[in-house]
Amino acid sequence: MTKSTTFVSRLTGLLADYLGMAVALVILLLVFGRIADNFYSWDTFRNIADQVPDITIIAVGMTFVLIIAGIDLSVGSILALSGAVLGVTLVQLHWPLPLAMASCLGVGLLCGLLNGGLVVAWGLPSFIVTLGMLEIARGATYLVTSSRTVYLFDGLNWVTDYSFLGLSVPFVLAIAVVLLAQLVLSFTVFGRYMIAIGTNEQALRLSGISPGRIKLAVFVLSGLLCAVASIIHTAHYQANPNNGQGLELQAIAAVVIGGTSLMGGRGSVINTFFGVLIIKVLETGLAQVGAQEPTKRLITGLVIVAAVILDYYRHRLRKSSGLPG
Amino acid sequence: MTESGYILFEARGLSKSFGPVQALSAVDLVLRSGTVHALVGENGAGKSSLSKIIAGIQPPDAGQMQLEGQSFAPSNRRQAEHAGIRMVMQELNLIDNLSVAENIFLDQLPSRFGFVRYPTLNRSAREVMSRVGLEEISPSAAVGSLGVGTRQMVEIAAGLSRNCRILILDEPTASLADREAGLLFRQIHQACQRGVAVVYISHRIDEILRIADEVTILRDGRVVSTQLARGLTADEIIRSMVGRDLPPRQQTRSAAGGAVALRLDCLCAGPKVRDVSMELHRGEILGLAGLMGSGRTELARAIFGADPIDSGSIYLYGSDRPERIRSPRQAVRNGIALLTEDRKQQGLFLPQSIRYNISLPRLDSCSRLGVINSAREQSIGEQYIESLSIRCSGPDQPVGQLSGGNQQKVVIAKWLLRDCEILIFDEPTRGIDVGAKFEIYRLLSDLASRGKAVLFISSDLKELTAVCDRIAVLSAGRLTATFTAQDYSEQAITEAAFREHLNPSSGEVRS
Repeated sequence: MTKSTTFVSRLTGLLADYLGMAVALVILLLVFGRIADNFYSWDTFRNIADQVPDITIIAVGMTFVLIIAGIDLSVGSILALSGAVLGVTLVQLHWPLPLAMASCLGVGLLCGLLNGGLVVAWGLPSFIVTLGMLEIARGATYLVTSSRTVYLFDGLNWVTDYSFLGLSVPFVLAIAVVLLAQLVLSFTVFGRYMIAIGTNEQALRLSGISPGRIKLAVFVLSGLLCAVASIIHTAHYQANPNNGQGLELQAIAAVVIGGTSLMGGRGSVINTFFGVLIIKVLETGLAQVGAQEPTKRLITGLVIVAAVILDYYRHRLRKSSGLPG
Repeated sequence: MTESGYILFEARGLSKSFGPVQALSAVDLVLRSGTVHALVGENGAGKSSLSKIIAGIQPPDAGQMQLEGQSFAPSNRRQAEHAGIRMVMQELNLIDNLSVAENIFLDQLPSRFGFVRYPTLNRSAREVMSRVGLEEISPSAAVGSLGVGTRQMVEIAAGLSRNCRILILDEPTASLADREAGLLFRQIHQACQRGVAVVYISHRIDEILRIADEVTILRDGRVVSTQLARGLTADEIIRSMVGRDLPPRQQTRSAAGGAVALRLDCLCAGPKVRDVSMELHRGEILGLAGLMGSGRTELARAIFGADPIDSGSIYLYGSDRPERIRSPRQAVRNGIALLTEDRKQQGLFLPQSIRYNISLPRLDSCSRLGVINSAREQSIGEQYIESLSIRCSGPDQPVGQLSGGNQQKVVIAKWLLRDCEILIFDEPTRGIDVGAKFEIYRLLSDLASRGKAVLFISSDLKELTAVCDRIAVLSAGRLTATFTAQDYSEQAITEAAFREHLNPSSGEVRS
């Protein structure tokens, strides 16, 4: 086996990885271009681009959690809580912005630490632990905000106002997070260990590597990314204690549409990004053709199921053609 | 209870192979109603394969079976059970969260409108249970709350409660106390009087001599002899179980036995490792022989920190200070590697590539600041593929696509890269074809001649005697003997492996 053939096979592997998702996205755009009036307009794309960043950043953390065969149901609540802390410290306590942001990030990190700590120390299923955190963080959010929306007025305008090559700061940040996370997953020791945990945790332990610290780090990262997303989300929607409800399911849907396995051991951050785009294009497009909420949800649900079935066949095809899964 | 019962079941020319391994070749067996027919043989002699074929769990590759003169070819366990053939296996078949009564009558729960009639169920269960001496257990107790021995009796009760013409018991007394075993024998006796044919598989030869009417001895998947139990002695049985021809030693390395690499002092771990003391030297291959369940894997896992140690100490590399190894991570840092028995479940990441698997325990060697150097990893992969002659399309091929022997080589490569000094191989040649086996033997010798200390666990005495410098024998968790190469005799080793079953002792005997 020569170097060049491995390079070629890896390149085709890479294309096979992302091409499917890109094609699905393009088809979706073409369909809405046909059936919706004025779909191809600056407004439409700005609208989509504005909705994408926060969920993308959360879905990146979720991708890692799913790769280690875990799940994080608490992301929506952590987003609300860290957003609330940001709003309260900034507006009510008049803390300087850097300090307020640090406490916002700190809260997200702490929630992730609690999630991961419970999962690792007691070997509890992450489903249960993060379900608990979903309630705990939401309750804490109501306490912190006294169940009232904290208005930031101009406090976070810098997040929404500036743009970079025509793209908003949050959008650029989300892209950067996606790329960085994909690099971490593909090329670092940490990425390796994550995939190893999801593939065969017992074999990793018997290889002399303790999975505990890696799992902890993944949950901490997920919590931290929720806090980062909360800054963007709060800039758009204020520190509403009901922020991010149901976001966990949207994030999981995006990750799964992107072909990450719920059984762990396999996943791609870039495809998660495509998953987010598909969900948001679908949502926006359906709204533009005047679909009502029930229809939107029905169609989104069908797309999720169809994506998973498609991925099943894609995976089998890759397996039989001898490419690494 | 005589051998003169009519012929209930007859098998002719049964053969079965698993990949390259011939588990059974042309086996004949006759079961007579109302008798106990014992199957004896070493590990892998074919006892379990034979009984699984009779019980419909596996189909034979060739051969015919007849039940009461009718041709009998069950395509699954249910069909065999329908015909009255029940097997109680070593791994139990009970559902922990259901009650004893529910388990016994699982496929025939008395019900009305879909609701289970518990009074009826518990009454019938109590009746069945009293027959096997389980009067003291409540039929509504959860099976999971019972001890292993009791669970075994529940399973036997379940087997006997139904239409049963042939009852196959695979090592039924392995986890029974004497009193329970006594009750079991009484049950077997009663079943025989009802005309049931009992197939009895056990390592405990004293038991076989006590309850069997006929004994069939298997070796390497063939029937050595079938004879009446009356008049047989334990010695005769053991002698027929082992072939007397030992293959010549593979290779004699010069001066096996450098400095002590690993010393165990009265190591106890769980119920299966009891008071084991031994030494393993650099440059040596020490074989570890024993019957299935004699505690060899458990000993290996205890040394590797995968299971907790109850008492005793481990000394490494001639140090006087005992080393506390509480996790595989600490073991690996101390240069100990364990190549597990179940390489697919515990040793490999099957969907991942060869280089991924090899580099995993040693990623620091091909990464900088946490970023993996692919080119370096690739060349490490190529290097080991070359030096261990792993047959594959390249370092990027997923390990799951390789043959068993080549998968095993990937596991070996991984620990070679990790630079471990003490390597514990647990059944490294299981399920591997003959050619690859010899390559593994050669690798073990190479490792020893490079000064590594090798502990080689195997159920195949022939390969142990061919490869090892010394052989230690475990019997029921105790070290019963250690042999040096000039004293190898299959009979003596087999005797040592059975020793704790024949006359349980508390001390270790060195020969």
